[in-house]
Amino acid sequence: MVGLMIGAVIVAVLPLIFILGSLIVRGAGSLSVAFFTRMPVPAGETGGGVLHAIVGTLIIVGIAALMGVPIGMGAGLHAAEYPGSKISWTARFVADVMNGTPSIVVGVFAYTLVVAPQKHYSAFAGSLALAVLMVPMIMRSTEELIKLVPNSLREAALALGYARWRTSLSIVLRTALPGIVTGSLLAIARVAGETAPLLLTALGNQYFSVDINGPMETLPHVVYKYATGPYEEWHQFAWAAALVLILVVLVLSIAARIATRQKFGGARG
Amino acid sequence: MATSAVPAVHDRAARPRSLSGSSRHDQLFRAILTACALAIPVLIVMLLIVLVRGADPAIRKFGLHFIVDSTWDPIAGKFGAFPLIVGTLLTSLLALVIAVPLSLGVAIYLTEFAPEMVRKPIAMTIELLAAIPSVVYGLWGVFVLMPILRTAVFPLLRSVLGFLPFFQGVIYGPSVLAASVILAIMIMPFIMSVSREVLLAVPNSQREAALALGATRWEAVRTAIVPYARSGILGAIILGLGRALGETMAVTMLIGNRHEIVASLFAPGYTMAAVIANEFAEAQDRMHFAAMTYVALVLFLVTVIINAAARLLIWRVSRGAGSGGKEL
Repeated sequence: MVGLMIGAVIVAVLPLIFILGSLIVRGAGSLSVAFFTRMPVPAGETGGGVLHAIVGTLIIVGIAALMGVPIGMGAGLHAAEYPGSKISWTARFVADVMNGTPSIVVGVFAYTLVVAPQKHYSAFAGSLALAVLMVPMIMRSTEELIKLVPNSLREAALALGYARWRTSLSIVLRTALPGIVTGSLLAIARVAGETAPLLLTALGNQYFSVDINGPMETLPHVVYKYATGPYEEWHQFAWAAALVLILVVLVLSIAARIATRQKFGGARG
Repeated sequence: MATSAVPAVHDRAARPRSLSGSSRHDQLFRAILTACALAIPVLIVMLLIVLVRGADPAIRKFGLHFIVDSTWDPIAGKFGAFPLIVGTLLTSLLALVIAVPLSLGVAIYLTEFAPEMVRKPIAMTIELLAAIPSVVYGLWGVFVLMPILRTAVFPLLRSVLGFLPFFQGVIYGPSVLAASVILAIMIMPFIMSVSREVLLAVPNSQREAALALGATRWEAVRTAIVPYARSGILGAIILGLGRALGETMAVTMLIGNRHEIVASLFAPGYTMAAVIANEFAEAQDRMHFAAMTYVALVLFLVTVIINAAARLLIWRVSRGAGSGGKEL
């Protein structure tokens, strides 16, 4: 049986190695400085870059984080500080359920709410969809991390006469902050790779654009568009864009995990 | 230390109030946090309302027939989601069939058998699979996985299992089976990490009792540990199912996108999420939008029910963890 299980481990780890390997083999060759600093060229020509998509991803994900992080953190703080309240229970349960909501459904939501009334695609609608996906994730990670703060810290602050709100903000939240930041980074990394909701909202844009009211290109959408296109050069381009995307996502996730482990390993040990 | 005498005087008066949580600042603080917490349930209700209103024309025109009707003709304005629902369920269930034994094997190995040193690195490596964006799975699936399946795996399946109607017919690249394989790879990390957490929550006394009665380690797993964690593992599997049902990009790129139900798993199909991703940006007609919003509504309701059920099951295990072996 143990042999079978080791086999399962090998089969389970294999795809990761295989995927990373293909990305490096097929994508690395097309990477150059121009890939990060230039715009795409028409089909048939070689070269070009994804500057517009990198900037677009930064803008869309950045605005999503501005909307999603404070609400998620507030909700997480509420759940950890008032664990018995009905609102906390409901928010926690709904957040868990929403974590499994398909991102394409959230895309339809943002489309109906923003894109349909104004009759044109918009990067802001994309940010809204990503923020909706982000809030439940950030709420749950904030709550888990605040629960790790020793109660003695809270008691000490209250015993010194701190008001509850100051205890929550400058003692409890302050102690858990490094972990909360990395938890938020993980959530941001997750939504930065989302494609489905952006297909219905930010759509994509051949040209450089910083207008959040209009369509905007993003890295995941570049991967999708060029992978499903008919030209061999496009496929090369898709692999290179995917390599950039995965580097961003994996570096964020690995850095977040390592940072959390060190901070909390030290504090509790 | 001594210099804090002045604030202490002020604080002495504040202390009883701060402890009972009734000072005005505390109330304001709590009100702000409550607003954030309420935003989450409000959001899910808004999602529901927006989807129902968007789908309204289609709901009025097709009613519940929508989910059993097979026509999808945007030009004639006739829509039925039956092939989409079948395609979604079929790919997700096939993905579970592939992913569940693998992920449970890994989870049990990592919690019960693996040397201490490799447990965390392996778990972390597999969890990194969950961080890879769906569209990258799609890209890899189209250009690396699909050629392997088409040239090696599918012909083998056809020659061995060809007597079954599911493994007959022409082998295309994009197919229900290819989409199921990529889905299996994608949901495996979720099922693995949740069931690993559930197995870790099984109290040590369970293990020790079984081993003390003379069970081998494998017998302890089979008779004492897995049964104890049963409903949590079921929750993990249902959670994986929820992920698979809503997965969009990779499936869209691999399933072939055809509104038809064919017995052969080598044939192209379609899923609810894929049709929205493919047709939404190109739709012109109001009824077409409404029909796709209706599809999104159905998908939303199905995943909400599935995720709620999974969460309740997992919570039952983690809450029952203290009550030691009663379920046996």
